[in-house]
Amino acid sequence: MSAPHLLVHEQKDSVGVVVVENLKAGTDMLAVVTHDNSAFNITAKMDIPIGHKVALADIKAGDTIWKYGQDIGIAKAAIKKGEHVHVHNVKTKRW
Amino acid sequence: MASAPIVANFDLNKNKLKGIKGRRIEAPAFKAPVAPKRRGAAAMDSFWGWRRENGRVGVRNHVVMLPLDDLSNAACEAVANNIKGVLALPHAYGRLQFGADLDLFFRTIIGIGSNPNVAAVVVIGIEDAWTKIVVDGIATTGKPVVGFGIEGHGDIAVIAKASYVAKEFMQWSSELVREKCPISDLWISTKCGESDTTTGLSSCPTVGNMYDKLIPQGIYGVFGETSEITGAEHLCKARAATKEVGERWYRMWKAYQDDVIEAHKTSDLSDSQPTKGNIAGGLTTIEEKALGNLEKIGRECKYIDILDAAEAPAKGPGLYFMDSSSAAAECVTLMAAGGYVVHTFPTGQGNVIGNPIVPVIKITGNPKTMRTMPEHIDVDVSGILRREMTIPQAGDALIAAIIRTANGRLTAAEALGHREFSMTKLYRSA
Repeated sequence: MSAPHLLVHEQKDSVGVVVVENLKAGTDMLAVVTHDNSAFNITAKMDIPIGHKVALADIKAGDTIWKYGQDIGIAKAAIKKGEHVHVHNVKTKRW
Repeated sequence: MASAPIVANFDLNKNKLKGIKGRRIEAPAFKAPVAPKRRGAAAMDSFWGWRRENGRVGVRNHVVMLPLDDLSNAACEAVANNIKGVLALPHAYGRLQFGADLDLFFRTIIGIGSNPNVAAVVVIGIEDAWTKIVVDGIATTGKPVVGFGIEGHGDIAVIAKASYVAKEFMQWSSELVREKCPISDLWISTKCGESDTTTGLSSCPTVGNMYDKLIPQGIYGVFGETSEITGAEHLCKARAATKEVGERWYRMWKAYQDDVIEAHKTSDLSDSQPTKGNIAGGLTTIEEKALGNLEKIGRECKYIDILDAAEAPAKGPGLYFMDSSSAAAECVTLMAAGGYVVHTFPTGQGNVIGNPIVPVIKITGNPKTMRTMPEHIDVDVSGILRREMTIPQAGDALIAAIIRTANGRLTAAEALGHREFSMTKLYRSA
């Protein structure tokens, strides 16, 4: 398998992590789910830095964000599939 | 740009800084020397260390100048300047502390002196009484320890006397020899820092895999970072060896939330947890950070007890949780004070931490960090992100690095002179 652009922890997750530098909008990304080594493709809608997250499906404001198969926070705005997910559109539920 | 200086109240010529390239002196291409033959290089079940008077095994052989208090730093540093190879550990505290904060102070300073990576200690304090508490505490290990009080004598006389003692200790310790020890004699701590999303994918699970392999072989392990479990507390509670320990862990975690975070937070903690470095690296919330953090305890091992900060484990071999700050230097210092002799430190964005007495092995899976600051990294697991390396392979690479480090190979932090020694303070002094 060629090196993936995106890694996803669990099937349940709504986000994946960019693992290559200089990812450009429009890239047809190879995504791998580390839990079961399954793969799929998804298009990046934006330039997204290494280590940052991408929405794997359309997310509505108020939706819980899932990573590691766990709740990591709440969407504060609608996020389209392939868009950047970070502090501008997701917030902790804790403090 | 990360390399751009952050300047306040000063007219710095940034253009001039940008121009600094450094002159390159052309030389034949650098060829790394052949790696030396290592004793027991192939063995993954033993290492060469110094067995101390109390039976514990150290992987370093320091003679330490230990100040009781901030006022005694100068004398300790003067002795370390006189006697080559002696290590001074200056710090900021030790005066007018009281109650639980004073207890933690003594536990930390005595724990550092008692760590088996330390062969012998000279303590200097401003007065005799608390100096004696530290000397007596370290002396229970059986290792050589001598203390001096400054009042009534002055720095110069104390420096002279302490220099004679430090010289004796230095020459004595230089003749101590390493012996072959089973891997079960290793006490290995962990704490990650400047984390990002790659730590949860690669470097933290690498440490977890190491613990899954070495805890069953009888080592002592420890993880901590109480505030950074927030979001994964349900998973952490479930990893206790017994229901009772899990309940105790949860009460400890909840008390920190209620007594410290809720009592002191402003609008929220998101300005501090995740840190700015975490956010730059792609971590968005404390929950996400915590889930990556918890990858450090692997899949199988369970913690058998909860340690107070700087407390030594007392329930035999296994994994422990230490109630500690998540600030890197504080946490590593507390674990060193608990008696751990090697530290494993996953980093994403490139934390540069070291510790004066404990070798800190840094592991990263972030290819950008490997590209931009490789001199700080001991174990490169970026192959995990490219799917060229599995987590079990990375765990084996870390175990090999731990054994080489235990046998004497300097870590990147040791070679670069990182000696962060930071005590945790609970509240302001009287």
